Amino acid sequence: MVDRVGAWRRRRVLAGMMGGAATLAAPGLLRAAPSGKPVRVGGTLSLTGFLAQTAMLHKIASEIMIEEINGRNGLLGRPVEYVLLDDQSKPEVARSLYEKLITVDKVDLIQGPYATAPILAAMGVAQRYGKVMIQSSMGIPKLQTYDRAFPATPFGSEPDVTYPNVILDAMATFPAPPKSMVILTSKFPSAQFMALGMKAQAEKRGVKVPLYLEYESGNRDFGAIAARIKEANADFLWVGSLGLESNLLLEALRKLDYKPKNHFHLYPAPGPLAVSADGDKALCSTFIEPDEPFMSRPGMKRIAAEYKEKAAKANLPYPTIDAQACGMVAEWQILEAAVNGAGSLEDEKIAAWLRKNRVDTIYGKARFDGPYNHGDAAQLIKQVQNKEWKVVWPKELAAPGVKLIAS
Amino acid sequence: MPSATLLGQALISGVLAGGLYGLLAMGLSLSWGLLRLVNLSHFALAFLAAYLVYELGTNYHVEPWWSAALIVPAMFAIGVAQHWLFDKFKVNELASLLITFSFAIILEVGIQLYWTADFRRYETEYATRSLKAGPFYIPILDLTLCLVAGALAWGTWLWLRCTYVGKALRAAAEDPGIAAAYGVDHKKLAYLLSGIGAAYAGIAGTFIALIATLAPAQIWAYLGVVFAVVIIGRLGNPLGALLAGLLIGASESIAMAVLAPAWAPVVSFSVLIAILLWDPEWL
Repeated sequence: MVDRVGAWRRRRVLAGMMGGAATLAAPGLLRAAPSGKPVRVGGTLSLTGFLAQTAMLHKIASEIMIEEINGRNGLLGRPVEYVLLDDQSKPEVARSLYEKLITVDKVDLIQGPYATAPILAAMGVAQRYGKVMIQSSMGIPKLQTYDRAFPATPFGSEPDVTYPNVILDAMATFPAPPKSMVILTSKFPSAQFMALGMKAQAEKRGVKVPLYLEYESGNRDFGAIAARIKEANADFLWVGSLGLESNLLLEALRKLDYKPKNHFHLYPAPGPLAVSADGDKALCSTFIEPDEPFMSRPGMKRIAAEYKEKAAKANLPYPTIDAQACGMVAEWQILEAAVNGAGSLEDEKIAAWLRKNRVDTIYGKARFDGPYNHGDAAQLIKQVQNKEWKVVWPKELAAPGVKLIAS
Repeated sequence: MPSATLLGQALISGVLAGGLYGLLAMGLSLSWGLLRLVNLSHFALAFLAAYLVYELGTNYHVEPWWSAALIVPAMFAIGVAQHWLFDKFKVNELASLLITFSFAIILEVGIQLYWTADFRRYETEYATRSLKAGPFYIPILDLTLCLVAGALAWGTWLWLRCTYVGKALRAAAEDPGIAAAYGVDHKKLAYLLSGIGAAYAGIAGTFIALIATLAPAQIWAYLGVVFAVVIIGRLGNPLGALLAGLLIGASESIAMAVLAPAWAPVVSFSVLIAILLWDPEWL
């Protein structure tokens, strides 16, 4: 009897232990590792060529997100496999590679390439095969006319109107609001598009534009341009720059012993401008920065830390996550939500789901029911303060204790 | 109408920028004119030198002038080795385009593998220093570049004109058979010239590191304009290359000041076409 009681007790203890173990393991069981045939997602990045600087950021962000998605439940319970090809920064190569990804590699889904021109080239192919294409860097939303193309970055449908007004609103709070503005821009399509918008909106709000200049992308010498900017001597300098063009321009201005009163840069390489002697108080466009309140967004802290580690390992000189890398993070977040939400890999169903639903991304909640499948614009302004980029506008999203500083 | 100050400043900036065009064109012009080899890898060698100056300067705090003292002889050796390959495989003018293009691509990939595709900028305190002359500013670094290019162009021109080696090189380029009959060992001299061309790429690279943006794809940024400079300056003529560089630089800069910056790239080729149509005696 005693033995039987003892046996009964042992069985109860064992059952209790097993139950406890099962309870502890339950979330793991519910989030079972994805299994089965991988879902192949194809895409290109400009791993070589003149856009290659950004490709590494996107590649690292993709690696992080694929690990994240596969660490959850994959896509429809299947692991994700990323088929990445190099479009050499050439739209015609991107077009051929997307054709190959769809017809030869037979990928299940595609992701967009980087920059407006390759995206447009890939979009034509996606449209021909009815594939959903999510992209994060098409700076001219009105060109996204394909109904299954979706933006991952919150440009809004008219950034050439909305963003200049964000800048003009910020300028209006300066102790002496600028009354004149020099606009200088690269002829890179998305920069030129924004520059024309800036000019129109500035003039509409009574800010004079005494000098509007365009230069070829990859311009080598800024000496003569700097001399013209110095002569115009406006209250505000708006530069539609890419890469290190802003650094070269500011250096050329310094050689003429001229410092612009206030200066804004559209798409500069963030690291070099922040640490440059000429970069202090420079303003710049952004959507997110690794500071509060953005760090409190789900997953941001973890992704930012992983990014830092991987970027440092890849020998990137500026290993801090920025809006560029976050664009790719958002692409994968949208793809994961859409596929799992639609419960299908069929492009038609994924597109329909996206048009009806909102997705939580690193940029915040995204919707796709506006013109050209765009949702709300969420551009911010950041400023170099003590050699670091800090969001300064709008005030409610500014980094804690940080204010916009007018020169 | 732009002011006199603006025009003057644009002219100064353009002439100084033209110094780099001339410096880059010199090695290419010598190789094309005297060896009949169109060396596209010249640009990649210049950028390799620029990256090395950047690396030594940022990671080991070596002054660029000391870096140049190491890199320029190394570039000379690379030029000699490169010519050994050309010689071994009997590369002709047309094949040299393809082969040196391949060299350039390999170097570009190598640079990207080591330094990544990200932009690199070598920040130095003297990069933005200027001299003031009346209302004009003359950037010291750009002026130094121009003076170095001028000294090299004059020196090389005199060497080709006044020394036995120089005369022998020119003779061999004109008619290798006759030159050989007079005892000119063109093969040996070609090694020397190839080394000198690559060394000039090293000197140009040192200045590129100090005044320009470094990114692997930038290797090709100077290709078009420097080719125009080489042709305008006449093949094999270092002084002509420098003067053509200054002319193109000044023209581009004046176009930026008077018309629009976007017109600058059109200028170099417009000048080239105009000169080819003119077909002057010296060309």
